[in-house]
Amino acid sequence: SLNCLDWSLLIPATKEMLALAEQLKGRFQGDPSFEYNLTEINAEAAARLTEGGKEPVIKEEARLIATIEQIDRAVGIVPRGAFVKTPLGSVHENRHFEGLSLVEAKKLSSYFHFTEPVNLKNKTLLEKADLDPSTDFLDSLEHDIPRGSWSIQLEKGGTVVVLRSLLWLGLTFYHVPMTKQFGYVYFGTGEKNLDLPFML
Amino acid sequence: HGPYQPHEPGYGLDQAGYSPYEDQIPDPQARMLAVKNAKAYLLKTSTRSGLNLYDHFANILTKILDEQPANTVDIIEDISKDVKWAQFRKKMDTLQDEHVFLPTFEAAEKCKALFVKEGGEEEREELDEEMGQPSLPNVMETAFYFEQAGIGLNKDESYYIFLSLKNLINVQPIQTCRFWGKILGLEMNYIIAEVQLREGEGEEEETGEEEEEAVAEGEKEMSEAEEEGEEKEKEAEPPKSTYKPPPEVPKEENGTGTNKYIYFVCNEPGKPWVKLPPVTPAQIVCARKIKKFFTGRLDAPVVSFPPFPGNEANYLRAQIARISAGTHVSPTGFYQFANEDEEEEEGDAYEENPEFEPPPVAEMVESLATWAHHVKGILKQGRCVWINPSQKSEENEEEEDEEEEDKEEGEEQQEERGLPLLTLISEDEGMKNIPAWTAQPSTYLIPQYSVAILQSNRWPGAYAFASGRKFDNIYFGWGHKYSPESHTPALPPAAQAEYPIGPGITEAVDPTVEEEMAFKIAQEEALAGEEEEGEEEEAEDD
Repeated sequence: SLNCLDWSLLIPATKEMLALAEQLKGRFQGDPSFEYNLTEINAEAAARLTEGGKEPVIKEEARLIATIEQIDRAVGIVPRGAFVKTPLGSVHENRHFEGLSLVEAKKLSSYFHFTEPVNLKNKTLLEKADLDPSTDFLDSLEHDIPRGSWSIQLEKGGTVVVLRSLLWLGLTFYHVPMTKQFGYVYFGTGEKNLDLPFML
Repeated sequence: HGPYQPHEPGYGLDQAGYSPYEDQIPDPQARMLAVKNAKAYLLKTSTRSGLNLYDHFANILTKILDEQPANTVDIIEDISKDVKWAQFRKKMDTLQDEHVFLPTFEAAEKCKALFVKEGGEEEREELDEEMGQPSLPNVMETAFYFEQAGIGLNKDESYYIFLSLKNLINVQPIQTCRFWGKILGLEMNYIIAEVQLREGEGEEEETGEEEEEAVAEGEKEMSEAEEEGEEKEKEAEPPKSTYKPPPEVPKEENGTGTNKYIYFVCNEPGKPWVKLPPVTPAQIVCARKIKKFFTGRLDAPVVSFPPFPGNEANYLRAQIARISAGTHVSPTGFYQFANEDEEEEEGDAYEENPEFEPPPVAEMVESLATWAHHVKGILKQGRCVWINPSQKSEENEEEEDEEEEDKEEGEEQQEERGLPLLTLISEDEGMKNIPAWTAQPSTYLIPQYSVAILQSNRWPGAYAFASGRKFDNIYFGWGHKYSPESHTPALPPAAQAEYPIGPGITEAVDPTVEEEMAFKIAQEEALAGEEEEGEEEEAEDD
């Protein structure tokens, strides 16, 4: 939506969209039907598209969809214990989640990425023995590359813990310890911070 | 036993067909005995934890019936765990619990200090009479205007900042003060206040420092000279390097150019304000080349290439200077030059224009020509006013020399001209096809109360608003400039030549044997030729 009054539904992202959107750099224009000319940016991809019979342009809408998907996948996080996995494999919200304690909330390892786990199988057997399969089925934030790409701060005298992602500048996650409240929002330009390794 | 409550075992046993032991125990006496046995079993205390199953079930069922959560059967195990956990908490410990200070409590204490009204009314009256009332910025008003655009901190934090600015004014001799903005960091954030000290206050410290530096360097020079003298006596000196570092560009005086304002920072409102050191051109030049996050600690080192001269406090100050120079704007015409004649680049003074008539908000949004910079841009050299550094002599250690010596050794640097003060921002270049500024009104629905908002695209996080005669600038962000391309760090410079190349030490291929023989023959022929000529000459002379 552009004015919080009229909303339009976005389609889920496809792999093509993701691949093409990575080529585009720079700010968003603000107009969902704006078309980026692909030939200027990457002649090969444009050639491939024209062979397929499509025009070598990308609409900003597709770029928006791809960016949202990327952000969710890369930095969408939840606290540990908020979601549980049943023995059947399906994941549910944990009705009984009472929030992290203050000590736990300051540790990066108590937050998980909310996507398919990538690193889970690479852990040593010792570590795996400590895991609780109903709550620890996702990747924790500790092993994010590069190290230190999350900034964790306590606000309001320690009543709210705020995590900010440095990879996607503008992604903010909040959690009030000992309560069920948590969530994340993104306010920003929609560009990945590729300079992160230089900046730490 | 009266009618059994639902939570007691035995409930339902008196109804036919529900007892588990029905087929085994036909008569009621034995059934009662069986019930008692079952109950005794349930009451059996566990040796490990001191609980028994009967009480545990009773507690669980009580809790469930009290709270009535949805889908109880799915979370029954968690409820059971919780009840057990609740048991453990009540255990009495022989050790006394340490009185744990919650961080919330400590933070509240600090904020409480802000709210305490300053005592000593007499002092305040005296101050008022001597100097003019220092202007405390109305942070809440500014916050209100920015809130119309969706920018800003929440009310609590704005109010705390307001109170800490008041404290700052009472402590330091301040003439004007403004809330500059907030820069986010990894561990802690920075809240920054832009301040102008009363005249004559800040300069004493600085000259003190420089005198010390000069004295120290003088001493060092003496000791070096002595050492050199000794060495000369002992052995031939190793060749002196002909490298002369480029002369250092002197920093601008306090109160002008990049150092026009003094900045105070604190990590959180309630903590003491720390003054940032003035910025040097070398720091600005280096800050342009690196891109680092702020950690939140002022004494943290900035590890980068090219190596940054200073620690995080200096880097922060350099970024603040760049942001101020790049994004501090005001409606055109609000400020005018103090003297009509001095419209040169060195004219730094501007004052408010009493005849300024604010253009309507719609106009402010439509064209960028209604806004102008009121801070001088920074040249490549790192200063606002260009200076020719080779005019300073290189052997002099003192940096406050005002004599102009016309030695122009080394390279001549080109004079740089920057944009004059009060240029319109419509002349700001964009990057590629992105304009440098984006202007919007705060609301389309209520035009009579809307505010013109300006967002900078070059420094994401810098905003300005204008409404009638009121305007202000603010910054909320990480402190970095925007660039569409990725940041490429500077490459290390090429390795320096170790020695000057000359015929004396250049390698040459040794002549081969044939060449030597040929050369020898040629020489003999030449000699023979000369002797013949000599003989001929002698013959002629005769």
